[in-house]
Formats: sequence, structure tokens, C-alpha cells
Amino acid sequence: MPDPMKIRATTVGDETEVKVLMSHEMETGQRKDGQGKTIPAWFIQNVSVTWNSKTVLSAQWGTAVAKNPFVSFRFKGGAKGDKITVTWVDNRAEKRTDESMIA
Amino acid sequence: MILRAERRELGSCRAASLILTQSACVLALSFCVTACALAQTSAVDEIAKYRAALQDGNPAELWEARGEDLWKQKRGPKQVSLEGCDLGLGPGIVKGAYTRLPMYFADADRVMDLETRLVWCMVTLQGYNESEAKKQPFGNGERKSDIEALVAFVTSTSRGMPMNVALKHPKEVEMYQAGEKIFSYRGGPHDFGCVTCHADEGKRIRLQDLPNLTTREGAQKAYTTWPAYRVSQGELRSFEWRLYDCFRQQRFPELLFGSDASIALTLYLARNANGAIFDAPAIKR
Repeated sequence: MPDPMKIRATTVGDETEVKVLMSHEMETGQRKDGQGKTIPAWFIQNVSVTWNSKTVLSAQWGTAVAKNPFVSFRFKGGAKGDKITVTWVDNRAEKRTDESMIA
Repeated sequence: MILRAERRELGSCRAASLILTQSACVLALSFCVTACALAQTSAVDEIAKYRAALQDGNPAELWEARGEDLWKQKRGPKQVSLEGCDLGLGPGIVKGAYTRLPMYFADADRVMDLETRLVWCMVTLQGYNESEAKKQPFGNGERKSDIEALVAFVTSTSRGMPMNVALKHPKEVEMYQAGEKIFSYRGGPHDFGCVTCHADEGKRIRLQDLPNLTTREGAQKAYTTWPAYRVSQGELRSFEWRLYDCFRQQRFPELLFGSDASIALTLYLARNANGAIFDAPAIKR
């Protein structure tokens, strides 16, 4: 089971800023191990963020995204106490979903 | 033939420089000095900007969260959590403990740093044997280190508090003096010592500024920003790792995890950082 994400969402004025920190190796598939064998690619492919079950961010990622990725974005309309849900799925079909409230 | 041609060129070059007036020479020299200094400060500025950009969303938080979980989980043969672990302020008190470490612990009759104390608690409370508790002191990719996660959690609770390392017990004084000695000891195949890099102002390794750890300011700045998430390694690194890697870079024998030498150096630097506000886990290149 992958490690949990860190999600922070705060509303200032009419904008809500969401910051998400994910724990993932994000292996590019370009690196080689000590024996010279290629380390297979392993990365987050799809990310989606919903606000009260409405999708506010949907992204397709590749191997260019760094290890332990951090994503930050803003959307309009969020209010204190609303639910933010973040889900990622990687190329091994491993999945992680975490929730947070807007503060 | 080529060699000769070069010589001739060199010769003519020397002749040309002789013709130059003295003032022109000084001018040329001073230009170089300013240009070089400019290049250097802008590189340092760029690194500072890079660090600032990384500040938001420091992955060290992932280690802190995992560490907190490990702290509270019932683990080991005895199935108990580390919540009864005494880090110096009494059993279970985590907040502020790191600002007073390393310190003398009567139960172990030894000066201990955080890492050593965590191993002690894993052995005495949770019933692990020592080699098991120490088996992965530093993380490496998917082989994660529980110690480093616990270090991240414990140190994070001391953020914003002043360093306050006492030298009360005779063993603490002895350790501090040993640390000072090791710090200035030169040896190994390169005749290297900590002082080779860390006892002068304005030294660099590649583009990284090296702190002068013999000054209060230098020790404070360095000590309060470890542990740190190393972007280039994708790992959170503890202070024991920092010293371990310094020893490796000096081509010294391996610095053993939890050894007196490691604790002595930590105590020496922690004590010199007294009064500074602890600001870690930080993030570094």
C-alpha cells in the first residue's frame, strides 16, 4: 500500500489553493541498477482532484515528473469545510486516494 | 613542431604584456576580480532562489508523517509503541527534545544522540535486538529507513525552538572535547579533516558554499537545517548520515552508526549551535 499524500487546501477570497505532496518513486525507466540492468519505469499516470465530487483537476503524467511530486493549483468556488479528494493511479495500476477539508 | 609553435606564441605573448603599462595591467586584473566575484555571487543567488522555490511542498513531510505513524504503532516482539520512549524530557515527550540532544542518559550511562536513543528505545521497549534496530540506518530507494522517518517526526516537533544543549554531566564535557578533537584531526590517504573544508570563510565545494563550523554563526546555520530532504537523492537525511557521508568524502574509515565518534561530533556541533532557532527538516539541493 503506497504511503499517504499530504493535502492542504485553503480558501483566500474567492480562490481555493490546493497543495498536494505525493510519495512515489517516479522511476523514469532510463536508470540502471548496480548490475547494469535497466530499472523499469514506474510512475504516476493519472491524477484527479475532486471538490465535493466535482472534478477540478485531471492530469496525465509521465516520467518527467520528479520523485515525490508536489502539485499546487487554484480553483474558484471552494468554501471552508468542503471536501477535497485526490486520487492517483500509476503504471502498475497501484492507486492511492486521500481526502482533506478546505481550511 | 606543435610544441615549438606554442612556445613561440607564448614568447610573443610575454613580450606583448611587457609593453602594457602598469595601470592597464592593474585595470585588467581588477576587471577579472570583479567579473569572477560577480559570477560567484550570481551562482550563489541562483542556488538560494532554487532553495526558496523548493521550500513549498518539502517532501520531508512525507517522512514526518511516516515517522509519526511508526512512533505510535505497536511494533516489535513486545508489540508496544515508542510513545513511552524517553528522549530526555521524560517518557513520551517529543516536542523540544531534539533541541537538547545529544545528552547524557543515566539509564544507558552514555551520551546519546537522537538516532542512538531511538535504537535504544526500539531495543528496550519494543524488544528488537540491536542489529535488527540498526539494520537500515539510512534509506535507499524502496528500502526505506524507519530511523530516518522517526528522526524526521521527532525533529519536526522542535521546529521554531532554540537549540539548548547543556554540558552539565562530566561525560557530556568529555564527549564535547572528543568531538572538538575529531573535528580538527587530519588523517587518511588525503590528509583530510573536517577543518580542511569547514574552518575557513568563503569556501566552496563545486557551487555549494561550505559553512565555517568553527564559528558560532556557521555552526548555527548548519546544525539547525539538518535533517534535510536531499533533492538529488530523493531521501530525507539525518545528521548521522551527514557525518557518515563527510567521513566517506574524506576517505576516512567508515563512521559507524551510533558510534561514540559520531555522537561526539554531533554534540560538538549541536552545542556550538546553541541559541539558534531550529528550522528542520529542511530541504537541500
